Amino acid sequence: MRLQAQGVQLAYDQRVIARDLTLTIPDGKVSVLIGPNGSGKSTALRALARLLPPQQGSVILDGKSIQETPTKEVARLLAILPQVLVTPESISVEDLVWFGRHPHRASLKVPSAADKEAVEWAMEVTSTAELRHQHVDQLSGGQRQRVWIALCLAQGTDLILLDEPTTYLDVAYQLEVLDLLHQLNQEQGKTVAMVLHDFNMAAEYADHVFVMRSGSLVTQGTPEDVFTCDIIRDVFGVESKVVPHPVSGKPMCIPLRAGLRTQLAVAAG
Amino acid sequence: MSAAIVAQHVRRTSLAQRYPGILMGSLGVLAVVLSFYSLSVGATDVSMTDVFNAVIGNTGDQAAQIVVQFQLPRVLLAWLVGIALGVSGAVMQGVIRNPLAAPDVVGVTKGAGFAGMLLLLAIPGMPVVAVVPAAFAGGLAAAALVYLLAYRRGATPVRIALVGIAVSAAFEAGIRFLLVRNPLDVSAALIWLTGSLFGRSMSSVLEILPWVLVLVPLIVVWSRRLDVLGLGDDLAAGLGEPVERTRRLLLLFAVALAAAAVAVSGTIGFVGLIAPHMARRVFGGKHVASIPAAALFGVLLMIFADMLGRGLAPPLEIPAGLVTAVVGGPYFLYLLVKTGK
Repeated sequence: MRLQAQGVQLAYDQRVIARDLTLTIPDGKVSVLIGPNGSGKSTALRALARLLPPQQGSVILDGKSIQETPTKEVARLLAILPQVLVTPESISVEDLVWFGRHPHRASLKVPSAADKEAVEWAMEVTSTAELRHQHVDQLSGGQRQRVWIALCLAQGTDLILLDEPTTYLDVAYQLEVLDLLHQLNQEQGKTVAMVLHDFNMAAEYADHVFVMRSGSLVTQGTPEDVFTCDIIRDVFGVESKVVPHPVSGKPMCIPLRAGLRTQLAVAAG
Repeated sequence: MSAAIVAQHVRRTSLAQRYPGILMGSLGVLAVVLSFYSLSVGATDVSMTDVFNAVIGNTGDQAAQIVVQFQLPRVLLAWLVGIALGVSGAVMQGVIRNPLAAPDVVGVTKGAGFAGMLLLLAIPGMPVVAVVPAAFAGGLAAAALVYLLAYRRGATPVRIALVGIAVSAAFEAGIRFLLVRNPLDVSAALIWLTGSLFGRSMSSVLEILPWVLVLVPLIVVWSRRLDVLGLGDDLAAGLGEPVERTRRLLLLFAVALAAAAVAVSGTIGFVGLIAPHMARRVFGGKHVASIPAAALFGVLLMIFADMLGRGLAPPLEIPAGLVTAVVGGPYFLYLLVKTGK
């Protein structure tokens, strides 16, 4: 396994978010970190991407401590798409995707054939090539997110981490983005690890799920393993009914309102 | 019809952004032409023929000597100060991600002016070369002060601008105080401080030249790093950029350029704010184009301001800093209102 956190303690200044957190991102799979607000899932992802140095323990990438690996070298092995993205003013799609080549290019060097190829490929796979001359701020939410993913792909890494790539998107765009990530995993063999909010989306797309609560890992496994009524209640504080998805057969959690909860309790005797 | 609407709606990159070389070349030619013309403007009557003679090295007659001795250093200085201020502002706006950032807005100009003045008055007869490090220290201290005072879980653009104005005013008050306290020694300091290119000689040109020659190419080489910083700290770090180190170094370069400009020409306001703005408007956000463009716009503004100051009411000299303030003040207010929304 290429990327793992070993007993890390994570904190912003004095505020400790996670203690003794250990997790291993499975290679070649789509894994999802899920948990309520403040459970430390984004913080954990930032540590895995070398954006936040652990106070204790270490994050290991390819057998080496990630903090002791130069940032440029890490950027050639692992791409991270943060949650908050700043679009530079009046920038074209193609120019934005080119940023993905930054870790591979020295300051004065002219772009190599490999650079051009990587950028073209990234735009091709994400279906953003025909948008190349358009301004990024003119695109739809789904298109824009695909462009950001193209930037990460242009980095040419096998590991891609994404922090809530579907937040603030309409449901059609959420599917557009998650379908793309699924396809990248299936066809290109990319390892995808992301933070998601919606457990049904997570169940539908994840091979492996990490469930977090107040800075620690509650459980992990396939969606079938982790999405049970008990765990949903424990972690999210919600009564729910878990049923198989009528089409995919994946677990589906349906939260229950107050009236239905009593009804369910009475029925259960 | 609907196709026409779509075509109109989809904004594409402008011609200037796709072919920056041509437009940049034209700006450069314009700056050179304006420089030649400005050599002939001033208190004494100098014709373009005299200018031409002087430039080709035919310095026989008096008019040509005036050109070489008095006009040429000013025009060269206008170039160097314009480049330094334009590039300094472009770097600050890029690094702080703040369209209102500029050497004068974040207090660097007045801080540098105050420190330089303190040195000139403390040790009379101080050569201006020694003013550069003092101005640099003063500018750096002022910038740090502004940042500390403006910082509340991050520093918003308008906050930095407002605190910068307050800190600048405080340094301005300090400068006035020094002037009042030392009425006998102020003449040298006063000339230096008015923000004018009047009476500068070739030695001033040589004082600022190395700073521009070293720092500007370095910044251009680093232009893609500036672009990457514009993507936000997390993504920039994810792309392999040592964010904090790069940011600090670039800011240091920007303060050094501004301080060098202040040391030779005094406090010339607004060039460092407006030039990068014009550059981004025309050439887009990529720093590899907008940094050289900011330098060129800076040069154009400086030559224009100096020429106007000389030509409006000869033999009276209106300091270039006054001209830029008259033009730049309203522009700054416009930006402040626009950014504050």
